Amino acid sequence: MNEKKAILQARQIGKYFHDPVTFKVLDNISFEAYQGEFLTIVGKSGCGKSTLLYVLSTMDTDFEGELWIDGQNISRWSQDKLALIRNEKIGFVFQFHYLLQEFSCLKNVMLPAMKLGKYSLEEIEHKAYEKLDLLGLKDQALKPASKLSGGQQQRVAIARALINDPLIIMGDEPTGNLDSRNSKLVFDILRDLTRTYHQTIIAVTHDNDFAKNSDRTIEMEDGKIIHDGFVRNGNIIV
Amino acid sequence: MRLPVNAEIAFTHLITRKKQTLVAAMGVMIGITVFIFLNSLMRGFDRSANDSIFRTMPHIRIYKEDEISKPLQEKNEKQEYVIVNPKIANTTKNLINPEQLIRILKKQPDVVAVAPDVAVSVFYNNGESQVNGIASGVNIMEQNKMFNIESFLLDGSLRELEATQNGIILGVGIAEKLNVRLNDNITITSSKGKRKVMKIVGLFKSNNATIDKSKSYINVAMAQQLMNERPTYVTDIFVNVKDPEKAAEYISSFQQMTGYSAEDWKKANEQILAAFRIRAIMSFAISVSILMVAGFGIYNILNMIIMEKLNDIAILKAMGFPGMDVVRIFVMQAVIIGVMGVTLGLMLSTTVITLMQKVYVGGDIGYFPVQYESRYYISGIVFGLAISFAAGYIPARKAADVDPVSIFRK
Repeated sequence: MNEKKAILQARQIGKYFHDPVTFKVLDNISFEAYQGEFLTIVGKSGCGKSTLLYVLSTMDTDFEGELWIDGQNISRWSQDKLALIRNEKIGFVFQFHYLLQEFSCLKNVMLPAMKLGKYSLEEIEHKAYEKLDLLGLKDQALKPASKLSGGQQQRVAIARALINDPLIIMGDEPTGNLDSRNSKLVFDILRDLTRTYHQTIIAVTHDNDFAKNSDRTIEMEDGKIIHDGFVRNGNIIV
Repeated sequence: MRLPVNAEIAFTHLITRKKQTLVAAMGVMIGITVFIFLNSLMRGFDRSANDSIFRTMPHIRIYKEDEISKPLQEKNEKQEYVIVNPKIANTTKNLINPEQLIRILKKQPDVVAVAPDVAVSVFYNNGESQVNGIASGVNIMEQNKMFNIESFLLDGSLRELEATQNGIILGVGIAEKLNVRLNDNITITSSKGKRKVMKIVGLFKSNNATIDKSKSYINVAMAQQLMNERPTYVTDIFVNVKDPEKAAEYISSFQQMTGYSAEDWKKANEQILAAFRIRAIMSFAISVSILMVAGFGIYNILNMIIMEKLNDIAILKAMGFPGMDVVRIFVMQAVIIGVMGVTLGLMLSTTVITLMQKVYVGGDIGYFPVQYESRYYISGIVFGLAISFAAGYIPARKAADVDPVSIFRK
């Protein structure tokens, strides 16, 4: 594993909440995530795992310590520069699907690529169909997002997260409101991505099965990492 | 490569809200229509009022100001006060060497017409009835060039005045009061006590009641006789320039050139023009406030869209749309509504002006004096779009500040 490239590095990350009283949510968090790794973050609710994910996602810039993504220290970057990094290098999958309801599935998938502007509209459309196909939704492409079921919407959201071939895909409870069949489906797709395309996945979850099947699990408590280990046969190995 | 992704999002937001979009655009349409129509109408009124002023008044009048007699010295060496009684000096209103002044003035750039005038205060008599007024001693053909007297001559002819030494062209108000008609004779008495029997060779109606009730045109020579003066006696020189709006700019140079006082038409009509200005300011304020209300309409609908779309904004920011893109998306919606409203407003105001032009008001005005004023079309477009932009920018800024993390964590 040592020869693998570190895609994301957290160095002594700390963060405070000030409302209603000052309170340390993240305390000296340091770890590295490697290329092609399926990393899950677990812990009881309130342990700071979602907060950590949003810091890692670059959307929350109010923290101490350093965050490196793809070899760049982005800790003090402006919001606009960070937006470009997110567009190009990070894909998001949220618990509550979060598609733009007025747009078709296809358009939802295309939007991040249209923002990136690296390819022509035809190429983007072609890629979007590919990604939807990968998730078994090609025939739903032109339906409005609001007409799809929860599981389907979640898969469209994954297709959207993939459109720019990001280095990292981040998920906040990506299977949180899916039934076990859809959960399994989403998990398999994510796992496939790490194997086939060597994309890194960082997902916050409280689903133990989901965590047990990943490559590596970080367990948090009271804003600290209490366990960081690789998973072998469903057991976390230190 | 920049793909029009912001525009696509903006359009989609509007298309899914057709009704609200249309209502907001109609607000702008009404605002623009009122703005263009009201201002064009005010300008039309001003124009017709100016036309009526310029029937009897030149752009610039050169005359000799009354002089107040002054003591030779205010205090003597012993610092004793000398009591004096200043009053109007008993000098004539004569301009010295008017021919030369006229020649000089005619040579000035931007001067289009120059005409001398001898103003005589007179009484018009017909038997017992008497009316006082001013008789203008003129070279009628020259003054016609300046005032187009022919256009408001009711009866008789200008040539007839030129041909008849004791001819007079009367304002209709005077003729009515004295109960006289064309070719009747009346007596006029000057302030110097001279009496002359005059033959009415024309009647005019300038649509300015005060003028119609007091003014008449007579030959210069006759006016000079009435004043007991030499043939060089001239009290006023009238000057018309290319642009009457700029008449005031020539005043000081004309004063220096001639050595006499000069007054532009705006100063002479200060009261009327002040009323015009107040009217113009009021109509402008009303039309701009209506446009502002239309702006509030846009502001409202955008605020609503943004409140509904907080989730979408958070997703867009997570996907990598910077705050500026979010601003663009919502400002674009406001501007699209604005452009729709302005376009509809231009069409509607053109229709309204076309219809109103056919409405007969009567009186001095005739048809509704409203024209297609390009300047108000242009400023309507500019104001409409600027207000739409501002109405969109304020809520859009707020949208750009949405913190995606706080939305996702709910």
